[in-house]
Parts: sequence; C-alpha cells; structure tokens
Amino acid sequence: MERVVITGLGAITPLGNSVEEFWEGIKTGTNGIAPLTKFDGEAINVHVAGEVKGFEAKSFMDRKLAKRMDPFSQYGVAAALEAMKDSGINLEEMNPERLGVMVGSGIGGLNAMQDQIIKMHEKGLDRVAPFFVPMAIGNMVAGNISIATGAKGPNLSIVTACASGNNSIGEAFRTIKHGYADAMLAGGSEASINEIGMSGFAALNALSTSEDPDAASTPFDKNRHGFVMGEGAGILVLESLTSALNRNAKIYGEITGYGATGDSFHMTAPSPDGSGAARAMKLAMEESGISSEEVNYINAHGTSTPANDVSETEAIKLALGEDAAKQVGISSTKSMTGHLLGGAGAIEAIVTVKALQEGILPPTINIKTPDEACDLDYIKDTAREMELTYGLNNSLGFGGHNAVTCFKKWEEQA
Amino acid sequence: MTTFEKIQEIIVDQLDKEESEVQRSTNFREELEADSLDLFQIINDIEDEFDIKIESEEGLTTVDDLVKYVETQLEA
Repeated sequence: MERVVITGLGAITPLGNSVEEFWEGIKTGTNGIAPLTKFDGEAINVHVAGEVKGFEAKSFMDRKLAKRMDPFSQYGVAAALEAMKDSGINLEEMNPERLGVMVGSGIGGLNAMQDQIIKMHEKGLDRVAPFFVPMAIGNMVAGNISIATGAKGPNLSIVTACASGNNSIGEAFRTIKHGYADAMLAGGSEASINEIGMSGFAALNALSTSEDPDAASTPFDKNRHGFVMGEGAGILVLESLTSALNRNAKIYGEITGYGATGDSFHMTAPSPDGSGAARAMKLAMEESGISSEEVNYINAHGTSTPANDVSETEAIKLALGEDAAKQVGISSTKSMTGHLLGGAGAIEAIVTVKALQEGILPPTINIKTPDEACDLDYIKDTAREMELTYGLNNSLGFGGHNAVTCFKKWEEQA
Repeated sequence: MTTFEKIQEIIVDQLDKEESEVQRSTNFREELEADSLDLFQIINDIEDEFDIKIESEEGLTTVDDLVKYVETQLEA
C-alpha cells in the first residue's frame, strides 16, 4: 500500500484565480460574494453570488480549445494546469500512463444545456449545435484535463452533487494507495450560475434571498436562510510518496483517510441525526488510524441552509464524541466563497491542506447571531494560529452522498 | 457584408485564424486543420447566419464551395 501526498494545487474561485490569491482571501476572512452580475435574478429573489471574476480562459489555454468548452470545463482545465505546473511533474520523466484524472462536477455543462435547449425551441431540432454534447456532458472536464495535460492513466468523473469534488479526491487517493496510478489530478468544477441553475435551486427554497453580500452566506448563524451559489474549480495533484520522494517534489501534506457513505433517507434533506455524515467521518479517521481527539480542524460542509448546519453539527458530535467535538476548530469557508457544488469539496480540500501546512485555522465569517443548536467552535470572524496535525474535509451532497477526506500535516523526514 | 465575408468571419472565429488565412481558395479541412467537430460547427453557424439548411457536407472542401452552396440556396 502506498502513502499518498499532495504535491500540487490549482484553483479558480470567487476569491481569485490562483491558489495564492484564494488562500490569501480565505485566511484574511475576505468575502468573495458580491452582487449577481450574470443575469437579473429579481424574479427569483436572488441578488448575490460567488462569481469567478476576471477569468479569461484564453490566458490559461489556447483560444480555440477554450471555445470548445463550457465554462465548467474551462475552470477545471485552468485549475489543473496550475496544479500540474505547481507539482513540477514532467511527463518526459513520469510515465503518462501512470498519471490519471478524477474530476467531477455536480451538474456539468449547464450553460451549454441552457443555450442549446433555448436554440432548439427557437430554431428547431435540426439546429442544435454539434458542440452541444461534448460541451454539456459532465465527464468532459476530466476528458479535457487529460487532453490539456497529457495524463493517460485512469480517467473518470464522479457525480455526487455537492460531494463530487471530495468523492473524487477520496477515490483518487485509493487509486494511488492501491497502486493503480502514481499520481492523480483530482478535484471538482462547477459553473452553474445561470438562469436555469439558479432558478432550480431557488425553486427548492435552497438559496439565500439576501441583498447584502455580507449577510447572505451565514453558516451556523441563527438567521441563516439558504446557500449562496458559487462557481469555480479546485484541483489537487495527489501522488504516491514513493514517486514524490524519487523526484524530490515539494510536499504540501498527506492524505491519510477517506470515508464515503449514503444517508438512505431523502433526496435533498440530510438525515437530521447526522448519522450518514458521522459514519463517513469515522471511516476517514479509522483509515487514518487516529482517534477523534487527534483531529484539530474540520472544514465543514456548512452550506448556510437551516437543515445542513444543525445536522452537520450533530454529525460532528456523533463522530467525534461530545468532548472532542467541543475541542476541534470548525469553519465553513463557504461563508467567503459561496457554495461551489461539485467544486466545493475540492477548493475546501485545498483550504484544509494549506491550514495544516501553515498552522492557520481559517475563519467562518458572517456569524452575527449565534444559534443554540450550533454550539461548537466555528472560528468566528478571524483566523487563529495554532499547531495543527490532522484535518477533516466534509462534503455532503443532495442524494444523501457523504464524502469525508482526512489530511495530515507533512513533516519533513530526517 | 458579402456572403464570403460572413463565412470568412465564421471560420476565423471557430478556428482562431487570421482573416488573411481564410481566402476563397482555402481548403479548410487541410489548410486550416479543421477537425470533424469544427466542420460541423462551421456548418451549424452558417445555417444560423443565412437561415438555410446544409443537407450534406460532402463536396464542401474550400471556402469557395461554401460560398457557392450558400448563394445557390439563397437564390432558390
């Protein structure tokens, strides 16, 4: 069995279009949520979003390639290219067949779907664009990353709604641990801030209706009333420790465990006792060979919906036990980015890895009125410095998909 | 804009080429490295632009072929 480490990071987010800008925003408690600009959301009472800003696909890739992709693929490819470059992997030295891709999306190419379905209605069945299918299908972000980077190993996409990114990282971890690849580009991508995407979530009463960007994504606050849609992508280069040491790679951290469970309860609501998420956390700790007291940080799913934040709080207590749950630092960085759906678990894995590496507990911003039902330590307002060893990253998706990854700070070996 | 200019614009945009590279005599499959997806998309864009239907791309190899095809359809 191989140990698996993180050797490269890439991100396109509402806080910036590189890992450096993203992490700087997170640790300083900067709000990346702003008024919605992509369309007028008045009719569905949606006013703010975590939009990616200033992203020009052609500054990351060939213009002709970019034109062939829905934004969800563009974000994923841009983040993957940053992560590859950061890792220093050179495919003249690494066998490309041992480098794989595991990148998911909650929805896929929703912009292409919306555009072409409208065109079909307006102009007829025979006018649908030939690029419709290759732009829309949810696996194409992984396909495009393979084309853009040269990765010829296992190439898959996982679709588990808001857990897609974290399930992808966990499954990629196992792919390397069990020897099927030496390195994997793993993560998630999403671009669903458009009319059909937002209207769909608004119809579920799942979105915040706030007009104030600083009172919209308010995880664990008593007055939380829905999530804020975000967009973007996060990609991690996971690599076997053997491969990383052989090429003297820079190591950000280690991934030591993964838990994946199903709620078997409801399509959109989490099980109120948090048992599904709790089992996933326990599995990730078990695989890491640690007790709950050893967990220093949890990057919560923390969507800012009334149901999630209280059931996730219950889940953390159930998984760690009341005492350890009260000791652990928990934050929802969705307070700053909004909810990137399939991209969420991936950018939050980056947050967890950087938090452990730098010994910084990132904050949850926008908690104004504490909720007695959410009674743990959510690192309110400002980051905290602390020596950290283990961190959990929680992602819980519609469908009752629960994915938890466990990371460990990397200590240089003597 | 002439029919040629409109078609030239569609091809330039799809294939990320310079206008000077897209002339009436240009073979867009070979000289412009258009793959099958590009070709289908160019035809789809031309259909939208001129509100016509191109039944088959057979025999369409140069820009001039496209211009003549479109002009014949528009006259019909």
